[in-house]
Amino acid sequence: MSHAIRSFLLSILLCVCVAPVPAQDANREQMKGLDEQVQEVKSDVLSIGAELSQLEEKLLYPSNTHVAVFVALAQGETFRLDAVQVHIDGQLATHYIYSFKELEALQKGSVQRLYTGNIATGQHQIEVSLSGKLENGKDYSRTERFAFSKGVGPKLIGVTLAGPDSGKPAIDLGEWH
Amino acid sequence: MHRAPHLMSGLALATLLAARPAPAAELRDLYFGEALYHAYQGQYFEALERLDAELAQHRRLDEPQLDALHYHVGQAEFSVGDFELSYRMHHRAGRAIRAVLEGNVDEIVRNEAAFRLARIHFQKGQMDNALEALERIDGKVPDAIRDEIEFLRANVYMALGRPADAADVLKGLQGAKGLSAFAAYNLAIAELQAGRSKEALQQLDKAGQSKGADRASTAIADKSNMVLGRLMLESADFERAQRSFDHVRLEGPYSNQALLSAGWAYASARNYERALVPWNLLIQRDATDSAVQEAKLALPYAYAQLSVYGRAALLYDQALNSFGEELGKVDASIRSIREGKFLQALVREEIKQDKEWVVRLRALPDAPETYYLTTLMASHDFQTALQNYLDMEDLRKKLSTWQSSFDAFEDIISLRRANYEPLLPAIDAQFRELDSQIRLRMEQRDNLDRRLQAILTAPRPDLLATADERIAQERLRKLELALASVNGPGASELHQRLRRLKGVIGWKLYTEYPERLTQAHKHLRALNEDIAVMQARYDAFVRTRQAAMHSYAGYDLAINRLRTRVREALEQVNTLTARQGELIETVAIDELKKRGERLETYQTQARYAVADSYDRATKTQGAGGGGGR
Repeated sequence: MSHAIRSFLLSILLCVCVAPVPAQDANREQMKGLDEQVQEVKSDVLSIGAELSQLEEKLLYPSNTHVAVFVALAQGETFRLDAVQVHIDGQLATHYIYSFKELEALQKGSVQRLYTGNIATGQHQIEVSLSGKLENGKDYSRTERFAFSKGVGPKLIGVTLAGPDSGKPAIDLGEWH
Repeated sequence: MHRAPHLMSGLALATLLAARPAPAAELRDLYFGEALYHAYQGQYFEALERLDAELAQHRRLDEPQLDALHYHVGQAEFSVGDFELSYRMHHRAGRAIRAVLEGNVDEIVRNEAAFRLARIHFQKGQMDNALEALERIDGKVPDAIRDEIEFLRANVYMALGRPADAADVLKGLQGAKGLSAFAAYNLAIAELQAGRSKEALQQLDKAGQSKGADRASTAIADKSNMVLGRLMLESADFERAQRSFDHVRLEGPYSNQALLSAGWAYASARNYERALVPWNLLIQRDATDSAVQEAKLALPYAYAQLSVYGRAALLYDQALNSFGEELGKVDASIRSIREGKFLQALVREEIKQDKEWVVRLRALPDAPETYYLTTLMASHDFQTALQNYLDMEDLRKKLSTWQSSFDAFEDIISLRRANYEPLLPAIDAQFRELDSQIRLRMEQRDNLDRRLQAILTAPRPDLLATADERIAQERLRKLELALASVNGPGASELHQRLRRLKGVIGWKLYTEYPERLTQAHKHLRALNEDIAVMQARYDAFVRTRQAAMHSYAGYDLAINRLRTRVREALEQVNTLTARQGELIETVAIDELKKRGERLETYQTQARYAVADSYDRATKTQGAGGGGGR
């Protein structure tokens, strides 16, 4: 008994750490074949998704009324963003509460599409409120209002949020094309 | 508690070699930033969907240098490959990275692309291609991946059966940040496979003593000690084997194996009393572990060798009961898998939040005993199959949602059609009327503009006459015609008056000409402003009219085509999910059967051993009159 078990252990332990635990060859071949097919289906579905997104955008948010609000954190920001609220022309557009994963993604420098909607061409007002917590545990909340103009093309509004010690505006509005 | 890290350590190198979304530099393209937002959260489908669309749009532009993505296009091309790799689309990832490699890019970018391509080939098991890609690396390489390139090269050499070459590479990686534990261990294995046993043992000893801060490094150190211990055991150096097993942490992924092997090291040296210590400790642990199960037989075996037959018989009896219970669990697990409970548990949301959650499936009612499946589940093949199954499930949900959204789209379209279609004919008729008037006015304005431009070079005061002056001029012309044939008395006086009146008008026109010209240009500018307002309204109307039309017309074909594609994809996904699920169930059942067969073997051995021990205990008792300990 001991010899058999020792041999078994040795064969397992001598594997380089990259070596996979062997599965049955037939199953492995089947898995490989399925993996190829899964990759093809993923490719197909991605292409359907892209086409569908275009259709959806054209149908629901045509460019002449399209408005989108994106949120980013200023570089190096460490405050904990809990929620962001956006009003457009006094109407609540969105109120978003952040999960840890989402906050982490923002802290790495990515951008979140917070809101997509429709507005008429002309002058408008946007009000952005943030609430969160600073590293010292204090609550942190700010609200800012900005005027913006909606032209014929889609309007992309980038909102950058910063903490009180960054020397940057707490809520900054940028226009993107 | 002892097993969960095992699952992680098996994957440690895969994680090390996995693609990571590069951190965003100062971001200038919102859509690229949005793709990163999804990628950083592991939502690679969404990330790819956005980035593919953004890159496709960028490539269609006549002047891509004016597009915001231009600043990130290199990073974006790489990211597509990374996302595809993370989404387990190796074929597309390979194509994307090959495109970067073959493009007109800097040496440093080309080298990084070659590394990524090599990594894909390595993960797909195409070692020759991986080596070929690595050999394309020449010149400057990014500092961040310098060591990773060499580590990958060593692993490729190992897989190609060139351990001596691998060892040469790995020697240069000793102490490399983040890789030192892996490099130390792999160097030992390379030396071993190259037939340099002495160097291998020294290196294993060294690797076993490394004190990494992270879980993977300590697991690798444990693994080194395990290999060293087993080698020593095989060469009958029991004392050194014992020392190596003692170095393995009691709470690590190898602790059960280490305790079992430590017992065997003592038992092999015929020191059964010392063997009791690790084995007694081990049998208290989780009964599903194969080392614990073996210890349940090994421990009474040691007591029997010490002639403590009564204790041995008792422990064999307990082992027999335990194996019976475990066999019951294995059978129940197989039943549970056959009833589809395993797959049901695998698709629960928790798995997305916690990768180790799959090991804890056992906590769910009727779920199989997943601790019997941890080794299987830690394998690359199973992980790929499981991820594919989860991805298919995710795609199925997406496609089902999309399928139902087509009806909503059609509702919106029909409501819009019902609203606009009755209104548009009247609006169009009115617009056509206004359009012709507008065109006429525009012609008049253009005419005025042309005339004013002309008189700047050839002054024509008569053209700037007021309406009254024109009427007066016209009347004077008629009077002049009438007087032409008059020759009576007073005619000369009338001619005189007529000339004077014409002179008055002419005087005014010539003397006021500069002022009138200035006024005329002012009026034209004012007219231009009005026309600009009118043109803007005209354009806004045309746009609104087109938007109204586009809000319901021209979607039928696209929707029908998409509906068909979604239906076909859904059928394919359902078929693949079923096949993938069936395969997962099959390998899980096979694994459980294997464990069951081993338990049955143990059970048979225990059954014979328990009888034998009772016999010996009885005989000893009879001979000693009260022995049997």
